Amino acid sequence: MSGASEPRRAGLPLRILALGLAGLGGAVAVSFLTLSATSALLLSVLVAGGVLYFLFSRFMGWSDRWMVIAVPLLWLGIFFLVPFFVLGRISLSETMIARPPYSPLWETDAQGNVEIIASLQNYWFILGDALYRNAYLSSIRIAAVSTVFALLLGYPIAYYIARSPEPRRSFLLLLVVLPFWTSFLLRVYAWIGFLRRDGVINNILTWLGVIDEPLVMMQTDFAVYIGIVYTYLPFMILPLYANLVKLDGALLEAASDLGASPMVTFFTVTLPLSLPGVIAGSMLVFIPAIGEYVIPALLGGPDTLMIGRTLWDEFFSARDWPVASAVAIIMLILVVIPMMWLQSVQNRQEDRP
Amino acid sequence: MRRGWFLPIVATLGFCFLYAPIASLIIFSFNESRLVTVWGGFSTRWYGELLADGQMLAAAWISLKVGVLAATIATVIGTLAAFVLTRFGKFRGKLLLTGMVTAPLVMPEVIIGLSLLLLFVAMELALGWPAGRGLTTVVIAHATFTSAYVAVIAQSRLRDMDESLEEAARDLGAGPVRVFFDITLPVIAPALVSGWLLAFTLSLDDLVIASFVSGPGASTLPMVIFSKVRLGVSPDVNALATIIIVIVAVAVTIAGLLLMRQSKRTG
Repeated sequence: MSGASEPRRAGLPLRILALGLAGLGGAVAVSFLTLSATSALLLSVLVAGGVLYFLFSRFMGWSDRWMVIAVPLLWLGIFFLVPFFVLGRISLSETMIARPPYSPLWETDAQGNVEIIASLQNYWFILGDALYRNAYLSSIRIAAVSTVFALLLGYPIAYYIARSPEPRRSFLLLLVVLPFWTSFLLRVYAWIGFLRRDGVINNILTWLGVIDEPLVMMQTDFAVYIGIVYTYLPFMILPLYANLVKLDGALLEAASDLGASPMVTFFTVTLPLSLPGVIAGSMLVFIPAIGEYVIPALLGGPDTLMIGRTLWDEFFSARDWPVASAVAIIMLILVVIPMMWLQSVQNRQEDRP
Repeated sequence: MRRGWFLPIVATLGFCFLYAPIASLIIFSFNESRLVTVWGGFSTRWYGELLADGQMLAAAWISLKVGVLAATIATVIGTLAAFVLTRFGKFRGKLLLTGMVTAPLVMPEVIIGLSLLLLFVAMELALGWPAGRGLTTVVIAHATFTSAYVAVIAQSRLRDMDESLEEAARDLGAGPVRVFFDITLPVIAPALVSGWLLAFTLSLDDLVIASFVSGPGASTLPMVIFSKVRLGVSPDVNALATIIIVIVAVAVTIAGLLLMRQSKRTG
C-alpha cells in the first residue's frame, strides 16, 4: 500500500462517515442476501445505530473510550457469559413435554403468590448414577493418557525445532501448523482408513509378515488416544517451542563444561526451565480433550465412555435438556480448575520481562 | 555438546505421524474401488460424484456464507477486544474481558454449543428473536468463539508493535481515533488478515457447535460430512478432503510468499 505512507489531510470525520456508510451498505446487502429478513433488519439497525452514536459522540466531544470497550464486552457478555447462567437455570428444571422442553422455575398462582420449584434433583441423579460417574472418570483418564503421549511426542519435536537453524526452523514450524488449517473432522476421518481391520496399517503389517491376524484397533480406547494426540499435537508443540526457543544456550554450555552429561543437563536445566511451556501445552490438550465428542464418536467403540458424547446423546437422542445442562455444569466445574491454572501460568509468563 | 541421533529420529517420526494420514486421504481419493483401502486403479470418478452431490454442494455454500460473515464479525470484535486490553490501561471489567477472550480457546465445544442453544431458545421465548434457528444463530455462535482466536493474534501483534509510533502521532496532535486508523490499523493489518483466515477456517471446520445451534435447512458442510462418515468410509469424502487440502496448501504458499516479500522490503 503506497497510500499508507503518504500524509493524509482529508477530514477524518468525513472519512469515518464514508467508511461507516460503506460498511452499512455492505452489511445490509450481505445480510439480505444470506440471512432472514428479521435478522438482516436487526443487523442493519445495530450498524446504523453504531454509526449514528459515533457521529453524535464526535459532535458532542465525548470520549470514545467506553464506546470502544462496550462492543467486545457486550457481545462476549451476551453470547458467551450469559449462556452459562441460562445453562445453570435450566439444569435446575424438570424435563417436560412442551416447547421448550423444561419446566419453569417459579409459578405464580391466582393470589399472586410465587412458588419456587427449582430443584437439584438432576445433579443428585447424575452423581448417583454409575454410568455418568464412569463417563466423567473415563473422560479424565482418556484425556490424561492422551496428554502424556502428546507431551512425550511433542517435547522432542519442539526441542528439535527450537534448536534448528533459522530457515529450517520456520519451515518446520509451518509443517506443525499446516495440518491445523485443514479440516479437523477430515483428519480424524483419515484415521478410520488407517486403523480399520482392512486398513492401511493392517495391510502393511500383514504384507511385511509381522502379523497373521489383523489387529483390532478401531473402536477401542487406543484409537481414541491416537485421535486426540494426532489432532491436538500442534497445541502441545507451539507453547513448548515458544518456551524452548528462549532457552539460553549458555546455561547448557555451562552445565556441560561443569561435567554434566546431556541427560543430567536436560533433567536439571532444560526441563525445569521449560515447565511453564509443559503446563501450558498440557492444559491446551487436556481441557478440550475432556469434552471431546467427534473423536470418540468416530474412532471409539460403544463402550468408550466420554462425557462429551454422553452429553450429546442426552441432548440429541434422549432430548432431556435439563439433565444435559446439569451434565454440562458439572463438566464446567471439572475444567475450570485446570483453566485457571493455565491462566495463572500464562500471566506469570507475560509479567516476566 | 553431542547432538545425538535421538531428536532427529523422533522429529521425523512425528512429522510422518502428522502427514501420513493426510497423504493416504489424497492417494485413496484417486482410487477406482469403493473399498477405500484396496487399490483398484487410478480414477477421478469420486470427484465427479462429489460435484454431482447436491446436498453436499448446498452445505458447502451455507458453510462459506457462515464462514465469511462469522469471520468478519469476529475480526471486528476480536480486534477491538485486543486493542482495549493492550492500550487502555486499567478499566472496570478488564478482568472479565480478559477471561472472556481466553476461555473460549479451551472451553469444550459441547458446553459452548449447548449453552448458546439454550440462550437462543430463552431469547426467542422472551424477545421473539431469533425466530427459530438457522444461519443467523450459527453465524453468531461462530463469531463468538472465533473472536477469541482473533483477539489472541491481534493482542500479540499489538504487544510487539513499537508504541512510540502511536505516541509520536499523539504528540503531533492526532486524536485517538485518528491514531488508530492511521497508525495502528495499517501496522497490525497482516495480523488481522491471518486472524480473519483463522476464524474463517475454524468456522468452516466446526461440527459440534453448529450441530447444536443450527436448524432445519441450515446444515453446514461438516454436519453433512459427519452424517456420511458415521456410516463408514466413503471415497467422495476423500475427494472433498483432497480439494480442501489443495486449497489450503495454495493459500499458505501465497501467504508465505507475500510475507517473505514484505519482510524483505521492510527488513
